Amino acid sequence: MIYASMSEWFGRVGYFGLTLLIVTVYGLLVGALIERIIAKVQGRVGIPYSQPFINIAKTFFKRTAVSHGIMFYLGPVFRIAGGIGTLAFIPVIYGSEMFSNFSMAGDLFLVIYFMFFGQLGMALGAGESGHPYSAIGIARGLSQMTAYEVPFALAVISIVIQYDTLSITEIVAAQQGGWQNWTVITNWVATLAAMLAFLGMTGYSPFDIFLAPQEIPIGPPTEFHSAYLSFLQINRALFGATKLVLFMNLFFGGATGWVELMIKTLLIYMVAIVVGVAFPRFRVDQGIRFFFKIPTLIGIMSIVYVQMVLA
Amino acid sequence: MSKDRSSKNTMENSGLSADEQLLFCNARPEPYKPYSIKAVEDFANWARANSLWILAFGTGCCSIELRPLMTARFDISRFGIAGRPTPRQSSVFIIGGYVSVKTLKRIIRSYEQMQGPKFIIALGSCPANGGMYFDSYNTINQFDLYLPVDMYVTGCMPRPEALLAAIMELKEDIKAGNCDGANRYVENLDWYKANQKKVIKNWDMPDYNW
Ligand code: SF4
Repeated sequence: MIYASMSEWFGRVGYFGLTLLIVTVYGLLVGALIERIIAKVQGRVGIPYSQPFINIAKTFFKRTAVSHGIMFYLGPVFRIAGGIGTLAFIPVIYGSEMFSNFSMAGDLFLVIYFMFFGQLGMALGAGESGHPYSAIGIARGLSQMTAYEVPFALAVISIVIQYDTLSITEIVAAQQGGWQNWTVITNWVATLAAMLAFLGMTGYSPFDIFLAPQEIPIGPPTEFHSAYLSFLQINRALFGATKLVLFMNLFFGGATGWVELMIKTLLIYMVAIVVGVAFPRFRVDQGIRFFFKIPTLIGIMSIVYVQMVLA
Repeated sequence: MSKDRSSKNTMENSGLSADEQLLFCNARPEPYKPYSIKAVEDFANWARANSLWILAFGTGCCSIELRPLMTARFDISRFGIAGRPTPRQSSVFIIGGYVSVKTLKRIIRSYEQMQGPKFIIALGSCPANGGMYFDSYNTINQFDLYLPVDMYVTGCMPRPEALLAAIMELKEDIKAGNCDGANRYVENLDWYKANQKKVIKNWDMPDYNW
């Protein structure tokens, strides 16, 4: 994208900072809300809404921190760069100059790359910590990621063919004018494949084997503590909310205001939560097999569907 | 941590062979001062008190009392308390009952890997005075000879309410800035280490587990 002047560029960066703040705070609040919902299912009260913020402050104010090397430092930095980078290219509010971020032609590709980037950086960082459980967690996480990326990529290809564009803004624009234009109605096959992949992405059960606190302490972040951990906590909220915004944009018609955004993303998130509280955990091989079977098939079908039915 | 082996501020690590010594950090821990701005320190203490992560490591029978706290009846997550499976991320170590010499070694390793400020709650009579194992050949009688304890809960075994009350009191203490067991440990490290080595005969780990 070409900017008319330096000041316009700076203005854009400022607006992006604001978006970043709103999305992160929203992500943390939604995290707390979800914890409370899960607690209610288990007959508990659950954490206060302020808890995620206090946790971040606490880990940030730890007095000591040990390092295992350069990559260990860079792991959380890459992770949060992945989160920020993903958000940077997603238009958050449709039709708003302020909150469309650095959206441009072809941003969908970039976003999918950035989603990968953070995970890989984290894998390198956690790998250097030298903890065997981190290594097991990474192996599980990356193999599961490889598996759910397949149906997700197929679904994305399907809607790219459908709308004939690689720009998220244009995809959202094509879905305006009422719910009957949303991808979830016009191309429900792709949405189904993507929502199944979404279950793997959010890391709730049945696909939470890579975090498995009972057997491999927390998985990849086992060794991360103090300020490193506060970065990871912030990114968890930011990246989670960003993924929701992306799904909302691609499949549920985007949002023209913050309230609409919050309602839609919360409902999308509830899909993962309802499945999560209802189902036990898959072993990693079962999870991978699951993604390579039905969701991948649905993904392929979605491409056929676009070519045969919608074309 | 730096692998500087020439500096004076190092631990001997004499329990390790020469080869193994190269694998471990031998720096000596230093006490940490509070933030110089009082408001920052107060805020940090408030955050620490309201987000206590308990290391999931049960040492004796008393630790069975932790489970009811997590579930619907008492639900300590209301108070910002959560379990953490890794010592790196946790800030409270609940010594759940009797400590055998073998377990003591693991407790020391885990405690030293925790990042400060860190707190210890000794649960049950056993860590306080030996309890019903006072004349056992392989349990220690007085836990605070080996690691600094911030809060005792006596009873055999104490009710979950008692533990909950202790945690609440610990929170108040942390907010007031009185809980610096980690600093006490580091300041008197030689004394603690001597006590530890008196009971742990096969000391085959670094002197301080970073
Ligand atoms: S105090 Fe009683 S219940 Fe607790 S560890 Fe000792 S013997 Fe067991």
